[in-house]
Amino acid sequence: MHAETGQLEKKVALVLDKYQHDKGMLVSILQDIQEEFNYLPRESLEQVSKTLDIPFSQLYSVTTFFKALRLTPRGRHLINVCMGTACHVRGAVKVLESTERELGIKSGETTDGLEFTLETVNCVGACALGPVVIIDGEYHGQMKTEKVKDMIKEYS
Amino acid sequence: MDRLSSPAGLEKVRESIVSKRDTDKPCITICSGTGCHAFGCEKVSEAFQKEIKRLGLEDRVDVKTTGCHGFCERGPLVVIRPKDIFYQRVSAGDVSEIISETVLKDNIIDRLLYTDPNTGEKVVHEHEVPFYARQKRSVFGNNGYIDPTIIEDYLAVGGYSALGKVLSGIKPEAVIEEVKKSGLRGRGGGGFPTGVKWESCRNAPSSDGVRYIICNADEGDPGAYMDRSLLEGNPHSILEGMLIGAYAIGSHEGYVYVRYEYPLAVKNIQLAIKQAEEYGLLGKNILGSGFDFSVRINRGGGAFICGESSALMASLEGKVGEPRAKYVHTVEKGLWDKPTTLNNVETWANVPLIINQGADWYTKTGTANSKGTKIFSLVGKVNNTGLVEVPMGITLKEIIYDIGGGIPEGKKFKAVQTGGPSGGVIPDSLINLPVDFDELTEAGSMMGSGGMIVMDEDNCMVDIAKYFIGFLEGESCGKCVPCREGLKRMREILDDISEGRGKEGDIELLERLSTVLKDGALCALGATAPNPVLSTIRFFRDEYEAHIKEKRCPAGVCKELITYQIIEEKCPGCGLCVKACPAEAITSGGKKKPVILDQEKCIKCGACYDVCKLGAVKVS
Amino acid sequence: MVRLTIDEREFQAEEGKTILEVASENGIYIPTLCYHEEVSPYGACRLCMVEVTRNGRTRLVASCLYPVAEGLVVRTESPEVSNIRRTVIELLLARCPDLEEIHDLAKQLGVDKTPFKLENKKCILCGLCVRACEQVVGVSAISLVNRGTDRQVASPFYESPDACIGCGSCAYICPVNAIKIDDIGDTRTITMPNPKMQPTEFKLKKCSKCGEYWAPEKQLEYIAKKAGLAPEAFDVCPNCRD
Repeated sequence: MHAETGQLEKKVALVLDKYQHDKGMLVSILQDIQEEFNYLPRESLEQVSKTLDIPFSQLYSVTTFFKALRLTPRGRHLINVCMGTACHVRGAVKVLESTERELGIKSGETTDGLEFTLETVNCVGACALGPVVIIDGEYHGQMKTEKVKDMIKEYS
Repeated sequence: MDRLSSPAGLEKVRESIVSKRDTDKPCITICSGTGCHAFGCEKVSEAFQKEIKRLGLEDRVDVKTTGCHGFCERGPLVVIRPKDIFYQRVSAGDVSEIISETVLKDNIIDRLLYTDPNTGEKVVHEHEVPFYARQKRSVFGNNGYIDPTIIEDYLAVGGYSALGKVLSGIKPEAVIEEVKKSGLRGRGGGGFPTGVKWESCRNAPSSDGVRYIICNADEGDPGAYMDRSLLEGNPHSILEGMLIGAYAIGSHEGYVYVRYEYPLAVKNIQLAIKQAEEYGLLGKNILGSGFDFSVRINRGGGAFICGESSALMASLEGKVGEPRAKYVHTVEKGLWDKPTTLNNVETWANVPLIINQGADWYTKTGTANSKGTKIFSLVGKVNNTGLVEVPMGITLKEIIYDIGGGIPEGKKFKAVQTGGPSGGVIPDSLINLPVDFDELTEAGSMMGSGGMIVMDEDNCMVDIAKYFIGFLEGESCGKCVPCREGLKRMREILDDISEGRGKEGDIELLERLSTVLKDGALCALGATAPNPVLSTIRFFRDEYEAHIKEKRCPAGVCKELITYQIIEEKCPGCGLCVKACPAEAITSGGKKKPVILDQEKCIKCGACYDVCKLGAVKVS
Repeated sequence: MVRLTIDEREFQAEEGKTILEVASENGIYIPTLCYHEEVSPYGACRLCMVEVTRNGRTRLVASCLYPVAEGLVVRTESPEVSNIRRTVIELLLARCPDLEEIHDLAKQLGVDKTPFKLENKKCILCGLCVRACEQVVGVSAISLVNRGTDRQVASPFYESPDACIGCGSCAYICPVNAIKIDDIGDTRTITMPNPKMQPTEFKLKKCSKCGEYWAPEKQLEYIAKKAGLAPEAFDVCPNCRD
């Protein structure tokens, strides 16, 4: 645990240096830290708070305000169902419901064993393919309720 | 790479680049916007690279991956220049034939051509495709000719010449005058006259002379992706616009605030900045003029509200994206309390055009109060989904039918939604409405950033209102009572209406809450949130009343108000729906007999309706 | 100095003041919930909205934030203003049906019931406690977390905040008495209205002269440090000091 903490400290310090300890770049700093660790470990927030002289409560506010930042780890596979207007009019809600049923979780949650995280996203600019589901960066277009099961199977 | 030290030096470099390019040499341009990526354009590009290499044709044929071409419905798109032969829905398997036939022998491959649905004829050239023919692609057109990761491509089409012109002795005030004269209005939704904004910012006092400019690339309206495609496909056009604006305003520091959901846009603009710096087009003493300007990129954090200027600036200061009252405008006190000019991506991209061609030329396009062109994302229930650039003043009908190709599957047009969550719906009765800032606002909608969502008879207007309010409820920052509490209550009422619990007085309550939001909300998110609700009530009140009084959803969308039924005469008992049903509510009725649907178990997911090819499932 | 009109009466006011400040100074009542003169105005409750006319243009603005200007014409009452205030209080009544202060304010505004479904929250999210902790006390122990309908006042991770010194400024400034301070014996307990937060206890300092418990030790340590005083400076309670 100690060795790990030392590692974390070093990595966070590198990120802070990269942004020259600029308070204005806080969201970018947190995003970079999150890319390192798959989420924002509490210790990293404490370190940022101390180094940048930002009250811990303000850091916590920023972390909980922005949807891109998370305090808990994400699943191995990220499933994003597009809920943009174009996909919505083509039936995205049914696709989401079907996916939730298939995985047994609701949007925003992660399956037991950290296998899948299900999230919604508001428009990825692939409207011609709507409804769109993106898994691990791969686009699955013209998605329908009955195609969801097989789509997920590809990643299990 | 030596930094350019004068506008003349820039022109010399440009000349040298252009002279080295053989305009007769075939160039295979492959659209690599995000939409085409989703269609698998990478495999197509790889196949082309491989095949060209295998045949040893590198010297005779160029392969270029470009940004989004706009005709997203038909991707992957491949255009063979200079003849502009337009191939659509290209797959990796078509590649060797394209090279051997079209590139080497000038033979056209019919099956890859676009067929004009009106004439039934195949179209060979890009500019003849009806989708493109009726557009005026002043800003977006270059996307099809340049590789966004190669600055020399931008220079070859005249890039940075406007900057060179400005830095050759045009006074900042004169630049502002030209932009004012052009009538350019903000393309992000506000529609504020850009030149006036710049002037106010230049004139606002700054104790240390610091002024900021910002490019708002936090394109958050769902269904709108114009800015993304501009940033991905032609990032230098935005940088050039920002440089000119910064010079005019007297700013030396700029920010591009990009949604984090746009990784390719972030990558391309980062690279563009680096390349521009190497050429000396960014940084200190640009083109030897003594003018310094540098740009930084900030990513958004997944908050729609950060598209609002004061919230965006708060986020740039490391705080939560809470808007503030703008009784003192951000052009006077913006980022870090300094005078700040914030403009949208498309607005910045229009600037080099205005400087190069002049305000007089620019004003020839558009209407009296809305000059120039606008890029729209035409999506939803429309045949030709994609990005279209049209002159202001064109009618909705032309966009949806002539360019968009009308409604798929022969369905009836119902309404088009513009302006994103801040806009409203425009029904068939107003289909001839000319598209311009004021006309759209008068109709109860607004231009917004350019999203244009087409809806047909199968879309429920109550559901659409519910969708937008639900979206905004999730994106509200939560600071002020009308928005935080008001949107939640509006959504509750819309839930009630769509789930059969609507009652007398609901519409009036929605209208009252709408007024309070419009008058009392702290920022534009709250103040414009009622628009989708008010406009759907205005034009489709009968639908609301059907839901409330008759507990019926005329479009057949609202789950609690519809039932799925098997039309026994049409059902041969094939059992496809039995397999598809996630609730096991459909059972076989026996061999070759119609299936049986148990209403108690039915969860109204619609899987059976989707999977049945014989129309034996009815929604009522 | 600028001249402005409020409800048809003319006033002279210093530039830089807000309409609310000028109105208060002159005995003109404008309802507020999220405003307190000791902290910066926030503009969140929208109760203080008034109608202003300037250069021929009329609109509704939050008086706690709008700076006065020469020739400004203000109306503190109008049908639109009234609609906003009544609807805001209806929304707050539905959110926090058990808060006496909200009921009182509702009555004052002529509202006796709400058309919305009742919830059960205890905090109106005015943010005064957060601003007091940040601007007056300077420790920022609590903040507004999450976004939109999930927004709440909380300490990081909902745990007893290390930064809190137990001064109780938050409880003092809360317009709806949602934060409870209980001084019993040698312990002060502060309970925030957020159900996810446990009450926090603070050891109270005993006066070396009279033996009364009078303030949290943590608070006194903080003040001593900030003022550059020796910790012994607070061994004696204010009553016993000469």
